[in-house]
Amino acid sequence: MLRFLFKRLFHGLAVIWVVATLTFILLRLAPGGPFDRERKLPPEVLANVEAKYHFNEPLFSQYLRYLTGVMHADLGPSYKYLDRRVNQIIAETFPTSALLGLLALVFALMLSFPAGLVAARFRNSWLDRFILLAATLGISVPHFILGALLVWLFALQLGWLQAGRWDNAASMILPAVTLGAAPAAYLAALLRSSLIEALGEDFIRTARAKGLREGAVLLQHALRNSLVPVLTVMGPLVAALVTGSFVVEYVFAIPGMGRFFITAVTDRDYPLIMGVTLVYTTLLVAANFLVDLLYLVVDPRIRVY
Amino acid sequence: MARTTPQAGGRHERDPFLLCSFAVIVAIAVSGLLAPWISPYGAGGFEAQQILQTPSRTHLMGTDALGRDLLTRVLYGARVSMAVGIGTALIALVIGTAYGLISGFQGGNLDDFMMRIVDIFYGLPDMLIFILLSLLFGRNIGGLLVALGLVSWVRFARIARGQVLQAKKFLFVEGAKAIGASRRRIVLRHILPTIAGPLIVTLTFSIPAAILAESTLSFIGLGINDPYSAWGTSWGSLAQDGWRAMRTYPHMLFFPAAAIFLTILAFNTLGNGLRDRLDPRGK
Repeated sequence: MLRFLFKRLFHGLAVIWVVATLTFILLRLAPGGPFDRERKLPPEVLANVEAKYHFNEPLFSQYLRYLTGVMHADLGPSYKYLDRRVNQIIAETFPTSALLGLLALVFALMLSFPAGLVAARFRNSWLDRFILLAATLGISVPHFILGALLVWLFALQLGWLQAGRWDNAASMILPAVTLGAAPAAYLAALLRSSLIEALGEDFIRTARAKGLREGAVLLQHALRNSLVPVLTVMGPLVAALVTGSFVVEYVFAIPGMGRFFITAVTDRDYPLIMGVTLVYTTLLVAANFLVDLLYLVVDPRIRVY
Repeated sequence: MARTTPQAGGRHERDPFLLCSFAVIVAIAVSGLLAPWISPYGAGGFEAQQILQTPSRTHLMGTDALGRDLLTRVLYGARVSMAVGIGTALIALVIGTAYGLISGFQGGNLDDFMMRIVDIFYGLPDMLIFILLSLLFGRNIGGLLVALGLVSWVRFARIARGQVLQAKKFLFVEGAKAIGASRRRIVLRHILPTIAGPLIVTLTFSIPAAILAESTLSFIGLGINDPYSAWGTSWGSLAQDGWRAMRTYPHMLFFPAAAIFLTILAFNTLGNGLRDRLDPRGK
């Protein structure tokens, strides 16, 4: 079991290294640089700027310098915000994004579990059909459309909530719902089909034969055995929350990491792009590692490893 | 292991959805193709007197801040979405299937190595890789196709490999080997046709994913950056214009948003229907 965890941990570190390397290569290959201006900089100035950021060194030593920095958790200076380092920018914006992602995840779990359980319990009823329909709609609606419509309805038409703020609990409702809707829909559909499959198993018949109520059969026997597929998608789910956070933070003008990432791409602020990419990758690797640990809790058969 | 099988009536019940979604997709594709002929106004028509009209009989979807007919712009936008969606999915299908076939058929160390690479890409958020790649390939429709294709091939690779591993055990494959068929022939003539179903299903789901990615990128201002493209303007860019004007002219947001939503929904519904028919094992 320990060997299994070590293997996963090593694999995760390898992923981070590959991503760091690929991002570095990609950004060096990309046409146009952060210091390109409409009017060309005088060559002496350009040389000074390049010396400051070590552009004049051979590519490989730049790469080594960058990797050494990453290993010391130093992501370098921002090219755009001259007085700040990437670490600072991420430290300031990460908590906002993390809070948004967490709220969205909580919303998704709170909506999808009851929905999936009800749909599986009353399979093929109108309630089940309604939940499936809602799930299909939820999977198909892009974040920016849902966000825009929610703002239009609740902020502009009804005036219940304000948009474009991020300071109190009420201002976080719409962004969290926007970001969590698609994962909620996906999880509900997945849990439903997973439960229905579990309900066809022999041990369910045994449980029913013992005279257990249907609710107890569902919650105590079927649910636990349906959790593995749900856990499996938790990794991709975190990825989806990350991707969605770019858009949601853009739509709702939330000062999070995703918003900075988008402006960094427009500004070609390479260290910031690489820094945010690495933070996201680390987050995903950590999420997947956590999922591996949870597997051990949920499914004892995996502990044999 | 007990497996839930669809009830006898289940298959026929889904037919209307399948047909409906297919009809919607054909309608959108045709209106995109025929945009120059069926649009009520010219693609580049600016009318100073017709700025920001709400929907009316002359302008069914209203006009934008430059007096351009929104229905015309939405029809032209269908070209961008369809081209990006189908183009990306086909690129990903070819790359991913070839990769998965080789990996699965060869097996051994090569398979391990190739799947390690797939695993790395598979875990990363599509949009993140895509934004990084778009820095390299530029923000035009060609660059977009390449970048999106490079992002979505891994799904095909995984499916193709998994299917090949199963198909390799089939007797007719062993039979073909026994009579001395070449590897190329076994893969192309015997294995590929048996695994086509799941690949078609994946293809159907890849199209809306690409359309979603393209419109989202255009919405946040990182998509196709070519205002005079003969293709038309992306629905995502139209929605962005609408988002800015939403307070006073919500129609500018609603129609492009509805177009995007309807297209993605139709493809997802089609994919669900096809999966039930072609790939009963898939979830």
